[in-house]
Amino acid sequence: MVTVESVSKSFRKVEALRSVSFEVPKGQLFGLIGPDGAGKTTLFRILTTLLYPDQGKATVLGLDTVKDYRAIRNRVGYMPGKFSLYQDLTVEENIEFFATIFGTTIRRNYSLIRDIYVLLEPFRTRKAGKLSGGMKQKLALCCALIHKPEVLFLDEPTTGVDPVSRKEFWENLQKLRHQGITVIVSTPYMDEASMCDRVGLIQGGELFGIDTPEGIRATFKHPLWRVAGGSMYPMLKALRLYEHTLSVHAFGDSVHLATKHQGITAIDIAAYLSTQGLPGLEVGPQAAGIEDVFMGFSTTQHDG
Amino acid sequence: MMDRGTVIATEDLSKHFGDFIAVNKISFEVRRGEIFGFLGANGAGKTTAMKMLTGLLQPSSGKAMVAGYDVFTQSEDVKRNIGYMSQRFSLYEDLTVKENVRFYAGIYGLSWTERRRKSAELIDRLGLLEVKRDRVAELPLGWKQKLAFSVALIHDPAIVFLDEPTGGVDPVTRRQFWDLIYEAAERGVTVFVTTHYMDEAEYCERISIMVDGKIEALDTPAALKRQYNAKNMDEVFLKLARGK
Repeated sequence: MVTVESVSKSFRKVEALRSVSFEVPKGQLFGLIGPDGAGKTTLFRILTTLLYPDQGKATVLGLDTVKDYRAIRNRVGYMPGKFSLYQDLTVEENIEFFATIFGTTIRRNYSLIRDIYVLLEPFRTRKAGKLSGGMKQKLALCCALIHKPEVLFLDEPTTGVDPVSRKEFWENLQKLRHQGITVIVSTPYMDEASMCDRVGLIQGGELFGIDTPEGIRATFKHPLWRVAGGSMYPMLKALRLYEHTLSVHAFGDSVHLATKHQGITAIDIAAYLSTQGLPGLEVGPQAAGIEDVFMGFSTTQHDG
Repeated sequence: MMDRGTVIATEDLSKHFGDFIAVNKISFEVRRGEIFGFLGANGAGKTTAMKMLTGLLQPSSGKAMVAGYDVFTQSEDVKRNIGYMSQRFSLYEDLTVKENVRFYAGIYGLSWTERRRKSAELIDRLGLLEVKRDRVAELPLGWKQKLAFSVALIHDPAIVFLDEPTGGVDPVTRRQFWDLIYEAAERGVTVFVTTHYMDEAEYCERISIMVDGKIEALDTPAALKRQYNAKNMDEVFLKLARGK
């Protein structure tokens, strides 16, 4: 459905993508997870035929993104990270505009956008520029869907969006996938990885893990511990000085501690913390999450 | 209304835009040296409240004292005595590290000698000596954030406002940024921070959650989790913000 083979792209001295390869089969919800500047937008722009790769090759629906760009454009939907609708047109005018451009009507593909459109309906006559962030996002999704695309590209649709709206947005994406649309979505929020069928972790233009969320979590090879029950900053400071520490990261109300070797026990860690003036903390094994894996990789990169 | 340990105190602070009530009678206090998380869904009124507290927007009614000054009548004094850092536009990318530091020192009215001393000290402390003549655009994100945070504190304000400082930032850099917050709080600086990352809400000493212009909840993360019978702040937030 979508294939990327050794794609590289540079902007002057900046290597935005370094030999990136992956495939997304039909009907899958694929998440590209990484921070600002990782290369996500460049990859999206190549796949939506808006940029040429310097090296490598990409296809969408079996069509080449360079040679067959016209055919691709008719069959994919793209929601850019930056709000790109017409601010001076109303909600309805924007949707109608995009429908017309793609030679269709709102009515013909209404079933696809219904769930989102009903939420927008009260603001039908409002100018797009006057909508709240959440509503703009819904409108942009409507416009990207109106021609019933076979593949939908969403570049950071949830950045800067509060947790409630984020959750709702992902529920919408799940529904679209059930309707057979292939969805490729990028996000800087690691917790959204679990909503995808497969994810690729990306940083510094390199894709360093492509798997199911479970598969990615399983790649974390070091013993991982959860330490809780104390104030965050003192816990972090003490654990950073521990001789067996590989990495220490804050995770909400607890600390995730990766140790260098097997053989260290929870009792050892608790005993060490006691000697540092932090007695009585909870220490127990912790299953690695996507964010642990991501940081494990990027710390090695920082050090290397 | 405000004792020496309190750096922000509001009472029924409100802002109306025509018929629309963006901020509806919020009352709260923030202590000196506290890390205070200011949360809410998009459109809940956070930005409006923050603009009032930083002296950028005249409130409609109520009272508010920030860093010892009245936001109604002394908004210029408020601005001079607080630090502010937003997610973007905090630094001038085309200026060098040193130029940015000098610029902010100048903006905040530091004297010429103070400016020299503080700039040198700050660049040295951040380990930016070797890159001080580099344009900020060329720095890695983590360094930029460190620099932006430090210039927001260059005039030794009692309180620093951080507006989504970690949005879109990679997980390692995001955590390094919180180290800076902890260090500042240890030095007695009050940190007032907004974020959409609920794990970061846990790092705050107390949190307020705004829903439809009102502060619906205000307490320590642990107490809020107990009160809403939730296992993490994400759940607390969903329960509160969904309930409208």
